[in-house]
Amino acid sequence: MNSVLETGITDCHPASVPDYMPVSALQDLQLKRLQSVVKLAWDKVELFRSRMVERGLTPQRIRSLEDIALLPFTVKSDLRDTYPFGLFARPMKDIVRLHASSGTTGKPIVVAYTKEDVDVWTSVLVRCFAGCGLHRGDVMQIAYGYGLFTGGLGAHYGAEGLGATVVPTSGGQADRQIMLMKDFGVTAMCCTPTYFLHLIDRAAELGVDMKQLPLRAGVFGAEPWTESMRKHIEERTNIEAFDIYGLSEIIGPGVGCECRQHRGMHIFEDHFYPEIVDPETGAPLPDGCEGELVLTTLSKQAMPMIRYRTRDITTILPDQCECGRTLRRIARIGRRSDDMLIIRGVNVFPSQVETALLQIEGTLPHYQILLTRDSGLDQMEVKVEVTPQMFTDKICALQELQTKIQASLDRILGIRVRVALVEAHSIERSEGKAKRVIDRRTS
Amino acid sequence: MKIQQISLFVENKPGHISAPARLLAQEGVDIRALYLADTQQYGIVRMVVSDWRKAAAVLEAHEFVVKLTEVLAVEVPDHPGGLADVLGALDATGINIEYMYAFPYLRGAQAVLIFRFNDLDAAIARLQAAGINLLGSDELLK
Repeated sequence: MNSVLETGITDCHPASVPDYMPVSALQDLQLKRLQSVVKLAWDKVELFRSRMVERGLTPQRIRSLEDIALLPFTVKSDLRDTYPFGLFARPMKDIVRLHASSGTTGKPIVVAYTKEDVDVWTSVLVRCFAGCGLHRGDVMQIAYGYGLFTGGLGAHYGAEGLGATVVPTSGGQADRQIMLMKDFGVTAMCCTPTYFLHLIDRAAELGVDMKQLPLRAGVFGAEPWTESMRKHIEERTNIEAFDIYGLSEIIGPGVGCECRQHRGMHIFEDHFYPEIVDPETGAPLPDGCEGELVLTTLSKQAMPMIRYRTRDITTILPDQCECGRTLRRIARIGRRSDDMLIIRGVNVFPSQVETALLQIEGTLPHYQILLTRDSGLDQMEVKVEVTPQMFTDKICALQELQTKIQASLDRILGIRVRVALVEAHSIERSEGKAKRVIDRRTS
Repeated sequence: MKIQQISLFVENKPGHISAPARLLAQEGVDIRALYLADTQQYGIVRMVVSDWRKAAAVLEAHEFVVKLTEVLAVEVPDHPGGLADVLGALDATGINIEYMYAFPYLRGAQAVLIFRFNDLDAAIARLQAAGINLLGSDELLK
């Protein structure tokens, strides 16, 4: 395997040193940290302690990394049930930041950070950005929402930690985003991939050629996206598009990120221990097998998460990356175990709809899946926003487009769906993330 | 000769034409001719307006999907057989009418129709050769 020096230091930063730790040293560190985080949760988090006691476990039982499989899982509803502060392991005086999810139903999920946690978060984002080949001198526009959502502030601290020049635009106001991108000579963009697609389309409408801008990298996350979407983005701009992974429950963005090899996302394993389990049984699966990603925070102080079920379906890639990092990688998240739709008995993932739309020439439009039940039968409608590139003033051309989209969806999904062309910007968006599925089936 | 027509994609729902109409009103843009092509789900509003640049700018700024298309404004004698004569000039030329609609005012004994042809230049040549008057924007919008 390549040593750090052979890879060239262009995608390195002092903070990146742990990326290249020998595996045995990394595992020693992981075990030591796992033992102390289990101890912390046992001492301070009532829910965790009671679950341990039910299983007849004490922290001393954790003697090897494999023993992690003995520990109880934590699930999203645990955060809701203990709202707002029930899983905190440190008193409020030690907590310097609270974030909350946008949670679509009921109470949000609250997460907390001590000063040390914020420092770890910053350091993993520095390592993400360094791995994308960014460095001091880059001008990074952060168009994730700033506020309770972890995306904006997380990326902001990371970019600043890297030494880059930060343009904290937050989300929204596409025209101004494009103006600043151009006027400030922005070289890297951080936002959701769907928001960036919107910016590409809007720039074209405004007559701004993204290929003429100094923009060279995009770090896109907060929602799953596909390889075909990467191709689409890279063809229309001069950027290299990176997938970044994270979730608020663990820390926010920066749990993992692609390097320039673009072959999976490195997980910052010295802080977040990844496992793959069978989503049905919870049984651990070996590297190379597809299953649900489970993460344990190894150093988080304010709110340790032990074996958190992410619901993201992926694989831990078994081989080492060409970039020389010893950190294991997960395959890009194509789907979540809870976003699978069962329509008339057929399994459908929203990402398949995206693939079907990308096969039609033109742009990737915003879309939304609407599920209803009519006389006991599931109906699926895909609403597709008409973009300037798709629009012609002839009804027959629009009908032809509709038929093409329909045929592509039928072919990929294997079920009959209805396609509705809707006005631009008529599908609601939150935090720049598109709300992809509306399920109005009441069973 | 060629007139710029503005087209707009709208969903076939109550109230969906009033927003663009209001925007044009605020900008002082006069809609001189309008035609709505509709399907069950959506429609295309085609308009000839007093100032197409201003109209396109304000609609786009409000995130409407707008398209500009060149059309012809053709004078048609306002008597039985007037339209048949004009269309007769195009028979056997292979020029196809993609759509047409009437411009709602008369120039004396002449009606004005808006035409979109598959081959605009061929249509101009042919209609002029047949002595049919085509109106430019200046004449049409004054």
